Amino acid sequence: MSINHHISDELLLRYASGELAEGWSLAVATHLALCPSCRQRLSKMETIGGALLENISTGAASDDAWARMRRRMDKADVRVSQPMEDHRQAGRAEPILPEPLRSYLGGDIDSLKWRSLGMGAYQIPIRLADTSTIARLLRIPAGKPVPEHGHAGQELTLVLAGSFRDGSDVFARGDLEEADASLTHQPLASEGEDCICLAVTDAPLKFKSWLVRLIQPVLGI
Amino acid sequence: MDESDQEQPTDDMSGLLVSVGLNRDVEAFEVLFRHYAPRVKAYMARLSRDGTAAEELMQETMMVVWNKAAQFEPSRGTVSTWIYTIARNVRVDVYRRTKRPEFDLNDPAFVQDDAAPADKAFEAFQEAERLRRAMAALPAEQLDLLKRSFYEDSSHSAIAEALSIPLGTVKSRIRLAFAKLRAALEER
Repeated sequence: MSINHHISDELLLRYASGELAEGWSLAVATHLALCPSCRQRLSKMETIGGALLENISTGAASDDAWARMRRRMDKADVRVSQPMEDHRQAGRAEPILPEPLRSYLGGDIDSLKWRSLGMGAYQIPIRLADTSTIARLLRIPAGKPVPEHGHAGQELTLVLAGSFRDGSDVFARGDLEEADASLTHQPLASEGEDCICLAVTDAPLKFKSWLVRLIQPVLGI
Repeated sequence: MDESDQEQPTDDMSGLLVSVGLNRDVEAFEVLFRHYAPRVKAYMARLSRDGTAAEELMQETMMVVWNKAAQFEPSRGTVSTWIYTIARNVRVDVYRRTKRPEFDLNDPAFVQDDAAPADKAFEAFQEAERLRRAMAALPAEQLDLLKRSFYEDSSHSAIAEALSIPLGTVKSRIRLAFAKLRAALEER
């Protein structure tokens, strides 16, 4: 597998420093599971974070802080973790959805309950604790356009199966597209295989009218 | 910078943390605690500006270090990098009230790196040394922006606003700083 569209420096830095909201982080972490080269970039950023920590100016640790630590250690000495074990099992089919995405959806692709979006497209909303973004899994029929989903802010799209074309760019498994409001785009699923992708957007603006709020979920995305 | 423990080389820290993992070595952990606890607390304080919360988050972080020491692998990087990632995750868990989404090395769908693991422990130590030197050589305004992007919960545009400098300048300074540090990390 060769991935052509990677995580931008700014996005990766915000993930490395722990600033990225849950929805964006889900797309970034799932791309990282598929992309050794972005993991190397991440590890360099974390090394830089470690060096900054090492160089931070500080006073000495107080004896009081250490005494508190000792008390906690004595109390908690039962739940010691062991070295990580390798749970991979030989001969089992690889899931289509990597972690952490698979756990968010509660299973792999064939266990999912798709909801129709019309025009042969389907979606599954993904439950996030942090509601500043909206994440969903989309399934676009081969050869069909991605349904228009008017978003005003940023959008991240990670391809998991099949591929789509946006202008002259093709996005296949593992590829991540970063789009903002300035980009008008009309992605089109490639022929041959349905395109399954994770799409994350800023949460939609809250409409003032209770009536619009009521029908907004009916209108879908 | 704290002069008293400047001489403590990073690979000694690595040996101490391995010993904590293998033997529940309290003496080794005390050395680590006295070195890293004030740093972790300062990192937390930059984010919360609340001394009590920073102390609490530091205790929480060092508790995870004590409990998970057996998972530390010197071949993957230095102690400061490992503790940085734990402190960051504790912060995300507390402030965002969500677990940070992370990939799982043991997931069957995880795509492994083909690169052969050479003597990574030694390499990681050397990398840290080169990085330290490159960081010391950075112009002050680049180092400042780098610290802000690691320690403050703000985007590049928020940093630009806070410093009243154009967004483009923020981005290009961060890019420059990164290019230099990355070059230092990639030297062989």
